[in-house]
Amino acid sequence: MTKDDLSERGFDWLLTAGFAAVAALYVRAIWFTPIEAMQGPAQKILYVHATSAFVALYLAFGLMAVASVLYLWLRDPKLDRVAESSAEVGLAFTSVVLTTGPLWGKPIWGAFWAWDARLTATLFLWFLIAGYLLMRGAIEDRHTRARYSAVLGIMTTLLVPFIHLTVYMFRTMHPMPIVLKPSAMSMSTEMQLTFVPGFFAFILLFAGLLRFRYRMATLRDEVLDMEQAR
Amino acid sequence: MKAEKQILRFAQDDKHPGILSAAWTIARKDLAIEFRTRTAFLSAMVFALLGVTIFYFAWDPTAVSAIDLAPGVLWVIFTFSAILGLQRSFGVEQADHAMDALLAAPIERESIYLGKAIANLLFVIGVEAVTLPSVALFYNLPLGDSIGALAGVALLAAVGIVAVGTLFSSMAVNTRLAELLLPMLSLPFFMPIVMSSAQISARLLSGRPVSEAWPWLRVLLAFDMVFVVACTFVFPYTVEE
Repeated sequence: MTKDDLSERGFDWLLTAGFAAVAALYVRAIWFTPIEAMQGPAQKILYVHATSAFVALYLAFGLMAVASVLYLWLRDPKLDRVAESSAEVGLAFTSVVLTTGPLWGKPIWGAFWAWDARLTATLFLWFLIAGYLLMRGAIEDRHTRARYSAVLGIMTTLLVPFIHLTVYMFRTMHPMPIVLKPSAMSMSTEMQLTFVPGFFAFILLFAGLLRFRYRMATLRDEVLDMEQAR
Repeated sequence: MKAEKQILRFAQDDKHPGILSAAWTIARKDLAIEFRTRTAFLSAMVFALLGVTIFYFAWDPTAVSAIDLAPGVLWVIFTFSAILGLQRSFGVEQADHAMDALLAAPIERESIYLGKAIANLLFVIGVEAVTLPSVALFYNLPLGDSIGALAGVALLAAVGIVAVGTLFSSMAVNTRLAELLLPMLSLPFFMPIVMSSAQISARLLSGRPVSEAWPWLRVLLAFDMVFVVACTFVFPYTVEE
């Protein structure tokens, strides 16, 4: 079977590569990376948590913001589909961040949730994107949906700095548990050899999921076009 | 009837009214509707009073003193009752396709937004004017010197709430979820407002120096400036044909 045959049958090379890379990251993180002396095995969640956070917070939502602004300017339906797809994939990655974070927090902080500034800001971002997708689902007309989504995408982008600022200001009023944070942790070379390629694995998975979701949106719009043309 | 006549006159005259005078006409129209029916204001007021009383029983008064509780109650009630008013803002234009007439009028789209926002602002200020004294009364607050500063914070918060809420109200009415969507969209946006206003009023009420509240006040001011400008600019995109 040639490559083209497989593609026609709906085989997605990019998505498969993404899942394979993440699977390899798991194998490497679980069996071939040393256990951290202070935190024990719980630290290994970092390889999934920090990488998902990077993909969700910077790639997915950055892409959504840029696509929203560009949509209002260029009015290209492709841009709306990019915004839609990256929001949905971003929500999935943010959910991973919000699940793995508390799992690590329980043994290390002693509580699943600590109202730490980063946690709170991520949670609010999750709410914002969930609201964005709920709104998308509640509008029939494609053009209205695209315009409203772009407006909401821009508003969300403007809000994020305010949320960041206020949750950080709020936190300074409360003493925080003295905790090793991933950012403050220095890593052994072996850990770095898992951590850094981990980012590439998750970026690959993000690209695969994004392209998959984007194609689905394109097909959906094509079907709608055909239905309307009848 | 004056506001309606004014709108008709805009339609008949060839010269376009300025953005602000058209906005004021629309605000007057909305306020006239509200003044004649009073449905939204009365329900928001009763809702606010109910909220204030119910909140009191949600805490153990022997464990948490009323003065610690009051700022939180005040701001949660403000935002929730403001949403009640904002729901109706574009909802009233749905009947008889009144929105189409507004869009056909020879006025800038920004005027429609600003007019709606002015009417909503007066509505929210009205609700705040009832809630603040009732919280002070029921929670035994020593308002005294801080009443002026507190009213100022309430005004700044109202501007931010209304700026965002008016925009989202215009979007929410055109979705299948309608009134369910507005709180879902706007509450995350109200978070910085509620947080900074509650922090400021907690400091004012406990008699701390104003300088301590200054960083939070700056957040509130910045929020108002950014979102009044941004919402005015993006509103025309939400009412395109």
